[in-house]
Amino acid sequence: MTLLGTASDIKLINDDGLRLDGRGFDELRPIKIEVNVLNRADGSAYIEWGGNKILVGVYGPREAYPKHSQNINKAFVRARYSMAAFSVDERKRPGPDRRSIEISKVVSEALESAIIVEQFPRAEIDVFIEVLQADAGTRIAGLTASSVAVAAAGIPMRDLVVGCTAGKADGQVLLDLSKEEDNFGQADIPFAILPKTGEVVLMQMDGDLTVEEMSKAHSMLDKALKHIYNLQREALSKSFTDVVAQWGE
Amino acid sequence: MPRDELGILSEIKKNFILRKLSDGVRGDGRKFDEFREISIQTNYVPRAAGSAMVTIGKTRILAGVKIEMGEPFPDTPNQGVLTTNVELLPISFPTFESGPPNEVSIEISRVVDRGIREGKTIELKDLVIEEGKKVWIVFIDIDVLDVDGNIFDACNLGAVAALRTAVIPGEAHGLKDAKLPVNNTPVSVTFAKLGDWIVADPTIEEEQMSSARVTVTTTEDGHIRAMQKGLSGTFTWKEIEDAINTSIRLGKEIREKYLKGV
Repeated sequence: MTLLGTASDIKLINDDGLRLDGRGFDELRPIKIEVNVLNRADGSAYIEWGGNKILVGVYGPREAYPKHSQNINKAFVRARYSMAAFSVDERKRPGPDRRSIEISKVVSEALESAIIVEQFPRAEIDVFIEVLQADAGTRIAGLTASSVAVAAAGIPMRDLVVGCTAGKADGQVLLDLSKEEDNFGQADIPFAILPKTGEVVLMQMDGDLTVEEMSKAHSMLDKALKHIYNLQREALSKSFTDVVAQWGE
Repeated sequence: MPRDELGILSEIKKNFILRKLSDGVRGDGRKFDEFREISIQTNYVPRAAGSAMVTIGKTRILAGVKIEMGEPFPDTPNQGVLTTNVELLPISFPTFESGPPNEVSIEISRVVDRGIREGKTIELKDLVIEEGKKVWIVFIDIDVLDVDGNIFDACNLGAVAALRTAVIPGEAHGLKDAKLPVNNTPVSVTFAKLGDWIVADPTIEEEQMSSARVTVTTTEDGHIRAMQKGLSGTFTWKEIEDAINTSIRLGKEIREKYLKGV
């Protein structure tokens, strides 16, 4: 990848109709999810998604602090998305920037839609998302892992939250954009749903899409999200069988 | 959006609005997909390179553009720089505080920025004076003065109108003054979900009782340029599709009616 490249210099789809990493248009990168990877957290998860490596730790429900953040009717869901300084090509200055503040907000809202927050008045649920290596699609990979970590913490939920991106590069609608496709493509749609009902809990978009392309992107996402949902469920059930194997029935 | 954590909106008013919605009208008598009256007054601050005072109903914002000479980012030596910032002034709403931008104003800034940037309102390549060394930096600063709902769309209109009237201050740098070249006109339309109803251009009361929000920004070619779903409620895909189509239609109307002469 040349540093000074622009969309026109780089061919993102080859003559055989394959992407730079050899994937078809509606193909996901490999995804691996592990549950309960941290000792102290109430729930945790680790996700590898393409080159993304993300750790999520959940603490809570615990008393919300500062006190004025307490809501007498429900728990306060606070996700904090953070990138390691070494997670991207150019060193990222540690600490929240405007991008990560926005991501933390939309991820918190998406998780809140799944968590039965009414059960924990005055409490807060902290979800810390640490991106160790970034490779496009970190917010939805982080959100997908977060909902697994919240479930692993035993916090009651209406459903898991499952996310994926779609977008456009070289004029084609593509599933699960790679870093090059994200940087040099024409559109990016981070998208997350509650899989049981298909309700949309997170959706952002920037770029240039027609209505038809948006609808095509949605049908690709719909199929992929079912697959990722299964990976989440498998990871969660494996964490329980692991406990049984270790401690007996 | 100022979700009023204090619950100041009375139950009586909420019930009134919900009952009206079930009759097919909104609390203020509008149709579900109807905007309030919009006004755009450009060149309100002649000291700025471009400016616009925008009202949507009783919501009022002032957008100002400043253009300065500076260095390009090292990774984009052949592009100018565009930044967008929204200030939620403490005079505009009881729960707004002065101080550094919070997550609410950052979200609005970034959604407005994405619409302007991805809508190709200005072509950043047009802002290069000397490649790698000197470019024009366009600052869009938006002050929210009075809040009665739908800050997102007011800020978008203000940014677009201010850019369309902006002049690059070349003379101060030994060059010629020139009109800032402006191409597309992105218009955002924001929807709020109240119960199972979805309304465009929500008032503050409608926002305070809404579970979810979505903003769709489109350009005159009917393409979608930016979207943002917000709050902890949900939308069905059908509702998202309807929002996209309504946004394209309303965007066209707003462009024709309010932005043509700007």
